[in-house]
Amino acid sequence: MRHPGRWVTAAIVCYLAIFGVYVVSTNPRFEWAAQWHYAFSSSILDGVRSTLIMTFAAMAIGIIGGVILAIMRLSPNPILSRGAWFFIWVFRATPVLVQLLVWSYLGSLFPSLGVGIPFGPSFHRWETNQLISALMAALLGLGLNEAAYMAEIVRAGIVSVDAGQVEASSALGFSRLRTMRMIVLPQAMRVIIPPTGNETISMLKTTSLISVVPYYELLYATRAIYANTYQVIPMLIMASLWYAAMSSVLMVGQFYIERHYSRGFAHAGGNAVRRRWRSR
Amino acid sequence: MMTQPMSNEFVDPTLVVQSKDVWKSFGELDVLKGISLNVPEHTVVCLVGPSGSGKSTFLRCINKLESIDAGGLWVHGERVGYIERNNRLYEMNEQQIARQRREVGMVFQRFNLFPHMTALQNVMAAPVTVKGVPKAEARQQTIALLERVGLADKMDSYPAQLSGGQQQRVAIARALAMQPRLMLFDEPTSALDPELVGEVLDVMRQLAHDGMTMIVVTHEMGFAREVGDSLVFMDAGVVVESGDPREVLANPQHERTQAFLSKVL
Repeated sequence: MRHPGRWVTAAIVCYLAIFGVYVVSTNPRFEWAAQWHYAFSSSILDGVRSTLIMTFAAMAIGIIGGVILAIMRLSPNPILSRGAWFFIWVFRATPVLVQLLVWSYLGSLFPSLGVGIPFGPSFHRWETNQLISALMAALLGLGLNEAAYMAEIVRAGIVSVDAGQVEASSALGFSRLRTMRMIVLPQAMRVIIPPTGNETISMLKTTSLISVVPYYELLYATRAIYANTYQVIPMLIMASLWYAAMSSVLMVGQFYIERHYSRGFAHAGGNAVRRRWRSR
Repeated sequence: MMTQPMSNEFVDPTLVVQSKDVWKSFGELDVLKGISLNVPEHTVVCLVGPSGSGKSTFLRCINKLESIDAGGLWVHGERVGYIERNNRLYEMNEQQIARQRREVGMVFQRFNLFPHMTALQNVMAAPVTVKGVPKAEARQQTIALLERVGLADKMDSYPAQLSGGQQQRVAIARALAMQPRLMLFDEPTSALDPELVGEVLDVMRQLAHDGMTMIVVTHEMGFAREVGDSLVFMDAGVVVESGDPREVLANPQHERTQAFLSKVL
């Protein structure tokens, strides 16, 4: 036998796994039947749909905002670059749960919001509580916070691109914006995609915080059920299984997107490093 | 807007590049200390000299990848990077600089091909997006250009799938796609394996033969002797000596030129 240690540990792990399955399947308090019953109830399915929509909407705001902030950060204009720095600092320096609460209670600070000239006349005013609905508060809270994190990810991607690429495209007469869009960002994607996939998977679960706004999503729906049935742990396990299933699908998507953006870099990438690491 | 007073100098519009007393410093370090140089049309000028002599910096000033601190630099009679109005110089905006750069092609030591695009896409990108050439037409021109550098069969390859010599030939085709009137080569063969240098020099030789005006920073003295119309030897930011390449190489007048050539020939 080449690896006797591996066989011994494998046997121990198998034994413990069998014990685990036995405990979980024979303890009636897991209430597997009830979990199965509620997992596909209309309120849970609505919650699942809301969680997915909020994840993608918040990530869309985060990615677009992050790209804009990253380009502002790298701009030669000091007002743009410092403004972006300040935005990123504010949103990274405070908890996202606090940001969500502030957005939802904004009406207590500014009862109405208007468009006009500072210190001068205003052209139109809205009731804050009507303008910022629970949906808006949830999107602003999750999206803007995500934009601050995405900005750092995008910036890291942009600075990873070889300066010679910018020189070559400048020499061909590309404008700065075209150079960014056609030459720099597509190459930065290789560095940006893996952490963005990570952020999306993380966002899927962070959406559970918007129940404080309050906005309907998977955890909100789950809590509504166990508030009536008192099956707290079984329902939380059911919700976790839903989160795990959705995260897994996102992980598969990440794999294919990463492969797409490694075009032209066939020899680089993590696999070569992994192979050499394992055969040391 | 930065302005600087303009001196009334004579500008010869028939010269492709005219440089008068060009100075450039990086912080404390003076890299160019008064470079004056004329490049007539359809000539090949080879810039040689030790590393750090400022030859690459001067080349990069010609298409405004670096901006000069003093002196004057004209391409086709038009001042590089500045507009003259009411006897003052105004710095060009981004679009104006980009327009000026389209007239000048540049080839880099490390090729700088766009790795996420095929050879075809690399060559087509600038004509289509910068000049607005229709895609079908640009594709035809690109295929013709790749044939000219002997790589028509590699048009669907990504740069990582090509050898260094092939990448540099694609880079030359990419620069030619903008139909420049002047080509700048910044040590185009220095990053190549020795056996691949010849194929790139062949393409450059053909280009010179077709009448392209070229400024070539190089260590290939054989190429300078054979193709160059003039050779400019630079050291420590000044032009030490210039003239017909065959004469300068055979009989260098200045001792710094002699010392340099004795090491590279």
